[in-house]
Amino acid sequence: MRPAQTTYQRPTSVAEALQILAAHEGAKLLAGGHSLIPAMNQRLATPELLVDIGRLDELKGISVSGNTLVIGAATPHAQVTASPNVRAHARALAQACGMLADPQVRNWGTIGGNIAHADPASDPPTVVLAAGGKLRLQSATGQRVVDANDFFLDLFTTALQPGEILRSIELPIVVDRRSAYVKMPHPASRYAVVGVAVFLDVANGYCSHASVAIGGAVPKATRSPGAERALQGSHLDDAALAAAAAAISAEVSGMAMSDLYASAEYRTAMAGVILQQAVRAALA
Amino acid sequence: MATRIFGSGIKRREDPRLITGKARYTDDFQMAGMVHMVVVRSPHAHARITSIDTSAARGAPGVVAVFTGHDLKLGAIPCAWLVPGSDLKVPAHPALATETVRYVGDGVAMIIATDRYLAQDAADLVQVTYEVLPAVVNPETSTKEGSPQLFPEIANNVAFHWVASSGDDGVNQAFAEAEVVVKERIVQQRLLPTAMEPRAVLAQWDKYAEELTVYSTTQNPHIARFILSGVTGVPEHKLRVIAPEVGGGFGSKIPVYADEALAAWASMKLGVPVKWAETRSENYQVTIHGRDHVEYVEMAATKEGKVTAIRGTVYAGLGAYISTAAPGVPTILHGLMYSGAYAIPHIRAETFGVLTNTTPVDAYRGAGRPEATFLVERLMDRLAHTLNMDPVALRRKNLIPPFENGYTVAIGLTYDSGNYEAALAKALGMFDYEGFRREQAAARQQGRYLGIGVTTYSECCGLGPSQVAGAVGFQGGLWESAIVRFSPAGKVQALIGASPHGQGEETTFAQIIADELGVPVDDVEIAHGDTNRSPMGWGSYGSRTTPVGGAALVTAARKIKEKARAMAAHLLEAATEDIEYGDGKFFVRGAPDRFKSIQEAALMATLAWNLPAGMEPGMEASAFYDPPNFVYPFGTHIAVVEVNPATGQVDLQRYIAVDDCGPQINPMIVEGQIHGGLVQGIGQVLCEGVVYDDQGQLLTGTMMDYAMPRADMFPTFEIESTVTPSPHHPIGVKGVGETGAIASTPTVYNAVIDALQPFGIEQMEMPLTAPRVWKAIQDARAKGGQ
Repeated sequence: MRPAQTTYQRPTSVAEALQILAAHEGAKLLAGGHSLIPAMNQRLATPELLVDIGRLDELKGISVSGNTLVIGAATPHAQVTASPNVRAHARALAQACGMLADPQVRNWGTIGGNIAHADPASDPPTVVLAAGGKLRLQSATGQRVVDANDFFLDLFTTALQPGEILRSIELPIVVDRRSAYVKMPHPASRYAVVGVAVFLDVANGYCSHASVAIGGAVPKATRSPGAERALQGSHLDDAALAAAAAAISAEVSGMAMSDLYASAEYRTAMAGVILQQAVRAALA
Repeated sequence: MATRIFGSGIKRREDPRLITGKARYTDDFQMAGMVHMVVVRSPHAHARITSIDTSAARGAPGVVAVFTGHDLKLGAIPCAWLVPGSDLKVPAHPALATETVRYVGDGVAMIIATDRYLAQDAADLVQVTYEVLPAVVNPETSTKEGSPQLFPEIANNVAFHWVASSGDDGVNQAFAEAEVVVKERIVQQRLLPTAMEPRAVLAQWDKYAEELTVYSTTQNPHIARFILSGVTGVPEHKLRVIAPEVGGGFGSKIPVYADEALAAWASMKLGVPVKWAETRSENYQVTIHGRDHVEYVEMAATKEGKVTAIRGTVYAGLGAYISTAAPGVPTILHGLMYSGAYAIPHIRAETFGVLTNTTPVDAYRGAGRPEATFLVERLMDRLAHTLNMDPVALRRKNLIPPFENGYTVAIGLTYDSGNYEAALAKALGMFDYEGFRREQAAARQQGRYLGIGVTTYSECCGLGPSQVAGAVGFQGGLWESAIVRFSPAGKVQALIGASPHGQGEETTFAQIIADELGVPVDDVEIAHGDTNRSPMGWGSYGSRTTPVGGAALVTAARKIKEKARAMAAHLLEAATEDIEYGDGKFFVRGAPDRFKSIQEAALMATLAWNLPAGMEPGMEASAFYDPPNFVYPFGTHIAVVEVNPATGQVDLQRYIAVDDCGPQINPMIVEGQIHGGLVQGIGQVLCEGVVYDDQGQLLTGTMMDYAMPRADMFPTFEIESTVTPSPHHPIGVKGVGETGAIASTPTVYNAVIDALQPFGIEQMEMPLTAPRVWKAIQDARAKGGQ
């Protein structure tokens, strides 16, 4: 826990933060600090300048705007979990932010920092992707909105460009849409070994819409078109769930990650098992 | 005051300061002119040092000095348990390596700077060139021809070879004639002790008085002084070791490490206080690890399930150097416990102590007895499965019958007292065993896999008679001492040589004194942890503080009480033999209104205006207590698990622990000790395990990778006890610091294996993580299991 020397600035607006970023090539954005500071403590990251955007009110808060749920990037996980709006419209996100790490991290760490960091084993990216979410990015020249499908590019790699700040996470609100996030946590880090998010529209037992994403098992949060096809248009019976499980495992196979704790083979098999648990949890 | 406070679950007086941030740990102390030390450590597990260039580091901001091993004038870090008859060879362990590094973390240089961050910056500037050598990490592999050699003088890395036997002919004959033999290869994986407080040291050389004061995270300040005196050359009477608040040890703070010696030397060299505090990553890299056995064990029995013999060959990893107590752990504390709670006529234990390119291994909670209990209990379940016998019935058939004053097992130890059947009966009384077996059978029909593990154990703690310490090569005594004194106004101060660091003896020892002397418990202060204040003692480990230190305390208190009785008799103008005692008062027999309180007697003895002839002034007594034997706690543990065959996840559903540590001074603290032990022991089964790669890199080097047990893994523990006093202890108590860690590992392991019987799975390497259990089930299914 002995970081190298660094310097620190706390701008009072996103615009000012962008100016500082533009002026300092070695600057890193700091929000909750729960990805960056651990890396600094091990001297895996040695930024010359920390630009603290964690206290900017314009990046905080949760609101509903028309049919969109808007979550400020600097909102701590604990507030996401506690939000009635998130619970009502994206229960899976409330679950994910409520089960990641531990209470201290959830009180300090921010959803935007987590998503921008794009740790493949992190929970929120999987949910945002399955929800059909969008990311609003701001640069000195203006704002742009990127679909989550196009945002997560690879391990720790996103569509964020140098000089851009993630402003907010925007999720579509669909009446009566159900969702759930289930993960198998690593016993030490509590990151996802396999995490699956599902969003379903179900009426009279019939599933008219299914979106599914998986994280932890693969290098980036990834949609599962096979599982979505198996679930959508079904009555979510055992046969449909088994087909969806087989489909997601087949998709994961070949790109599954392997580490000290769990093999690619295990992650591949668990993709299907956890998917079934997630569907059942969404229906419960 | 008539009620005894002994046996009362009063709250721990230690806790308010611990939970409100008022406790002071070594790293909390600041001194004028204090500088900070950081050790530059080898990134290679085995390498020759070609050169060390410290010039850039010397010029770095804040740097006061940079030293390498060539600058030091320090003795080697010693080993203090020289097990005899084992051909033990202790290789030199320099505080900083100059020629060869032998594990990742081996020190090669030290930075002294005004600030620990600047010291770390400078450490990164030290240029060391290495010629990397092949490394070996597995203790069994390390003994094979052709393995990398750590020291030229130690052939095949075998530092010692130790055998204990009830008689080899008898053992061999029992196996040759056995109707059934079961065998197993057991890997006791390496564990990280992970005390909440990492190690730290603050050394202060007083150049005027030529005295060295060392604040140290130690479990045994007197041993630390003894060893540091030898290493630094500072005579013992000029060397003071202080163990302030110590945040847990679990054995990892018994040894004296290179870091303490380096800080002491640097303070003497530079004339300023030097502080060193390890990071958690450093703690995982250089503070001792536990366990690390590869064992080949077997048990012989009749078809009726009578065990006739047990034997084992153990490759015990020692790491790259031999730590303070390391040779004693897999031998004396392990091999002599192969009988467990059972009457086994023939026993042979053989241990190879093996050097590897890894962090040194030493005593970790239970220290040898958990490994012994595991192999005995594992073989019992294996035998039960082989004979198709119920494992509880098999144990009952082999338990040592009740004994109150000594039972000698075939390998030579004499257990003090035991009633194993009673503890088993009590545990089974808390659990519908037959009903569970029916439920288990029904669940299997539905594809659910329930399992049960039952352990009947005995362990050996309260180390121990000094004569035995000498006989087994421990380079110290194992007695304890205490001083008890009244202040003039009637408060009691007790000074003890042992050094509690979380176990709660400030509370339980005050309870002992309160009862012995009839004073309010809040009037008693227990002081420890400072060699200039506390009397000599050998420290807190091996569940010995209460069995040994508590006995010294009782003895000193009883001496005081007798002096107070004589003083009271004098004041009451009565003969001492006519004085009776009750509730803190001495009164004349037949005249209870004529009395003197113990405080009055103490005050008058302290004022000394009118002493009986021949009495010395003051009210103080000291006692030295050398136990006649170890103490042998025992009990029965039961675990129920369910294994999810789809994921391999193990759900621990119930845990019952019936432990017998004799009379309990404070049942709440006993329960706390058992809880902590259970969590550590079950952690070994379900999640903990050190992993090195083939090059000796520690892959589980942070808490993100090394899985500590967590509260959400556990059900509410169901804790009960039986009470069988130790016949030789003045108040009958036995140790309880390690029983939970000793009994729980085989209990939960056997429960998982029991759950997996339909798959024909008899063995898996710990930890039994979900991926590992899932793989075992997949493999069994592929082979045609259920």
